Amino acid sequence: MPDPSSKTVMPSQDASAAALTLGASSESKSLGKPRSLWSDAWHDLRRNPTFVISALLILFLILVAVFPSLFTSTDPKRCDLIMGNNGRAPGHPFGFDRQGCDVYARVIYGARASVTVGILVTSGVVLIGGFIGAIAGFYGGAAGSLLSRLTDMFFAIPILLFAIVFLSGFPFRNIWTVVAAIMLVGWPSVARIMRGSVISVKESDFVTAARALGASDMRILARHILPNAIAPVIVVATISLGLFIVLEATLSYLGIGLPGSTVSWGGDINDAQASLRTAPHVLLYPSVALSITVLAFMLLGDAVRDALDPKLR
Amino acid sequence: MSQDTINTTADNRPHDGDPNAPVLEVENLHVEFRTRDGVAKAVTGVTFDLLPGETLAILGESGSGKSVTAQAIMGILDTPPGFVTQGSVRFRGVDIQALPEKERRRYRGEKIAMIFQDALSSLNPVYSVGYQIGEMFRVHRGASRADAKTKAIELMDRVHIPAARQRVNDYPHQFSGGMRQRIMIAIALSLDPDIIIADEPTTALDVTVQAQVMQLLADLQAESKMGLILITHDLGVVADVADKISVMYAGRLIEQARSLDLYSNPAHPYTERLLAAIPRVDMKGQELYTIKGIPPNLTDIPAGCAFHPRCPYAQSICSEKTPPLEVVPGDRRSACHFWKEVLDGSLQIR
Amino acid sequence: MGTYVLRRLLQMIPVFFGATFLIFYLVLGMPGDPLAVMCGERGCDPSTANALRAQFHIGEPLYVQYFEYMKGILTLDFGETFSRRPVLDVMGDAFPITIRLATLAFIIEIFIGVPLGLVAGLRRGKFFDSSILLGTLLIISIPIFVIGFLMQYFLGLKLGWFRPTVSGEAPWNELLLPAIVLGTVSLAYIMRLTRTSVVENIHADYVRTAVAKGLPHRRVVTVHLLRNSLIPVVTYLGADIGALMGGAIVTERIFNIKGVGGTLYQAINRGEAPTIVSIVVILVIVYLVFNLLVDLLYAVLDPRIRYA
Repeated sequence: MPDPSSKTVMPSQDASAAALTLGASSESKSLGKPRSLWSDAWHDLRRNPTFVISALLILFLILVAVFPSLFTSTDPKRCDLIMGNNGRAPGHPFGFDRQGCDVYARVIYGARASVTVGILVTSGVVLIGGFIGAIAGFYGGAAGSLLSRLTDMFFAIPILLFAIVFLSGFPFRNIWTVVAAIMLVGWPSVARIMRGSVISVKESDFVTAARALGASDMRILARHILPNAIAPVIVVATISLGLFIVLEATLSYLGIGLPGSTVSWGGDINDAQASLRTAPHVLLYPSVALSITVLAFMLLGDAVRDALDPKLR
Repeated sequence: MSQDTINTTADNRPHDGDPNAPVLEVENLHVEFRTRDGVAKAVTGVTFDLLPGETLAILGESGSGKSVTAQAIMGILDTPPGFVTQGSVRFRGVDIQALPEKERRRYRGEKIAMIFQDALSSLNPVYSVGYQIGEMFRVHRGASRADAKTKAIELMDRVHIPAARQRVNDYPHQFSGGMRQRIMIAIALSLDPDIIIADEPTTALDVTVQAQVMQLLADLQAESKMGLILITHDLGVVADVADKISVMYAGRLIEQARSLDLYSNPAHPYTERLLAAIPRVDMKGQELYTIKGIPPNLTDIPAGCAFHPRCPYAQSICSEKTPPLEVVPGDRRSACHFWKEVLDGSLQIR
Repeated sequence: MGTYVLRRLLQMIPVFFGATFLIFYLVLGMPGDPLAVMCGERGCDPSTANALRAQFHIGEPLYVQYFEYMKGILTLDFGETFSRRPVLDVMGDAFPITIRLATLAFIIEIFIGVPLGLVAGLRRGKFFDSSILLGTLLIISIPIFVIGFLMQYFLGLKLGWFRPTVSGEAPWNELLLPAIVLGTVSLAYIMRLTRTSVVENIHADYVRTAVAKGLPHRRVVTVHLLRNSLIPVVTYLGADIGALMGGAIVTERIFNIKGVGGTLYQAINRGEAPTIVSIVVILVIVYLVFNLLVDLLYAVLDPRIRYA
């Protein structure tokens, strides 16, 4: 994590060129209003077409997830076996799946499951992983290494297997078991990033200064360290949101994620697999919807990372 | 001053015959950095030459273009964003600026070598120092691994690294700052180059170590008769060792003179101010002089003389006309409209 | 160097026991009757139920169950499946196939990912770089089973370049397409990682020194830039082996491969605890061993660690 204060004087993409022009230009800029890391990042983001496009796409997806009925009047669960695997028909632009359900309606209604799981898991993982990572990084010592070993333990088990084993222990399936399973495997990477970030910020002079002024541990952590250490976590969280959606779809595809009664892209892809040879279109539409959704979050994460860490551009 | 683009037609006849001919002639060098914030004119019309065995100091604040000049001579500018837009760099009469990269490469290390400011980051952390010194012989001379190592030990002895034979397989992080800079010097020295360019070689070091490293450079130069270009912002460093000093400001050479002349009687107000800004023991108790203002932004260099906004003697002509680097009596040059007045001290501070 | 290895080994011990206990707990320690979960709705016949009860010491405290079980594993006694086949035999059939699959995927990742990432990093901001960045992002965004179906459909069914499914023996040539599918996501990560690492290092002072030393461009790039840039990539590769073997569960299902993933998937559907726990324990060991290897390699690549 680069020192945030250097961020404002590093607008140019190349260090050597920057070093040349900056002596003066930063001076003249700082005569105006000094920009913080966040306002600087926001300034960059608004001008980044990747960010604008992905953010609009995500807003659209959230709209679809919350109000699917705005986009289709067909009930995704009203199916007619006679229409099974038929191609497109008037009013049914994507055709029908094996059960004779309208693929377009199922694609629209499937957004809710993915977006819900993605957002719930990400919020949970940032809270849990962020808390554990911050504590481990801040206190170091025995508590720190204990927590580090704990994250190591979780890393040692392949993510997908871990989630599967966890889910297989439940006699029932619903959205909460899936969210819990993904949170279980997702928190360690956030914790690890948070820990590293807190450790690097902990060393900085302004923290030493705050300590010298007699600020309490909690105050130092909350007021001085976290605001400066959170940036990498936000980047990882945005990118991970996409990965969590993939994981949910994978679990549903394997038949142990969301229950069949929930319309989900992963579940629909699983159903469509059986008729891949005869009706590839049934598999295509939910796959494309899923991929675009994940891509939107990935692009957003990429744009946010570029804005928060201009070095890598 | 010719305004054509890169000078590829410069006379390429080598003049080996004359032992006192300059080894390096830099003529009208222009370097630009093209960035998102605009074009920064890092070097504008720099001209100088270096005689065999001579030490030239290029003096300037950060951003004055001194390091960029050095990188352009070496041909190691980051391109993009940096571009040499005009001028020639002649080594013994050969315009190396115009050579294709493949031939140009042979001059690096072999004819002109370079020492950088921060030896820790300039040495590769994952190879032993012996490997990094020996690499010169392996690549340029086709030496065997064993021979390269023997040479590396010899060189480490030559730059006075204690216990060279034992330390040849150690890694850069295992050495102290001064020792690391000696290793950089050993690498630069390895192929007996005609010129060594040292870019702020002692800036990152402790004061006592600085003196040792400067002494080492001076000794090595005396025994091998190579030319030395010393790039620094520190007037104190160059005082004893430099034969000639060139002062740069905002990408231009603004004064050039023999060291003694420059110290005793500068011909440019900027140099004068720089000298006045050196803390002196005999001035203890008095307020330290500083140059007011800040160096110009290279994307937006002031018209006329770039120093005029900070110059205590500035007059209207200074913001209108760029002063040329005029020849001044006593084998020196100055780019000030009022060099005569500066020299005899007859100018009044406004 | 010796203390470094010893420290890593010592750190591995709690991680090994912790991770395996975690799995053990998830399979057997959850509230309720473990036999009910294991046997599912169909229920087990009494002899199987008794065997399971004996094998897992059901009724005793969890930690006793765990230590008894681990004792068995250390003597290569992994228990039996519901059909009374030793789990060791089942794993003996499955692991060679998955190891072949993961090895192929690994080779593809390294030999395609690192060079493309390097070239992208060297040409930062150019067309090639942008295409790699976008292409890899696209690959990461498309779930592996979709990639699998697409490749199976187009390369297997439509073009007929590969067999769309793999036969029981799973020879190397039939595993090529599944290995490409399995490796694509990691491939994308490796490209991005290499590229980022190269971009970070390309303006490093020591690279500039290498140029100033008059080294040929190729040597500057391979000996100085790439060598240093590979350090984070190697770290990723170590963790990736475990992920490849675990991630094979999806790939193996698509291509109907009877490897570890396929076996595990069946075992989970049947609730066959001995098989599940054994396979996951082995995968944890694989992960830890490769991580140790990576740590060693890391020390070889970076002397600053070796002498720390």
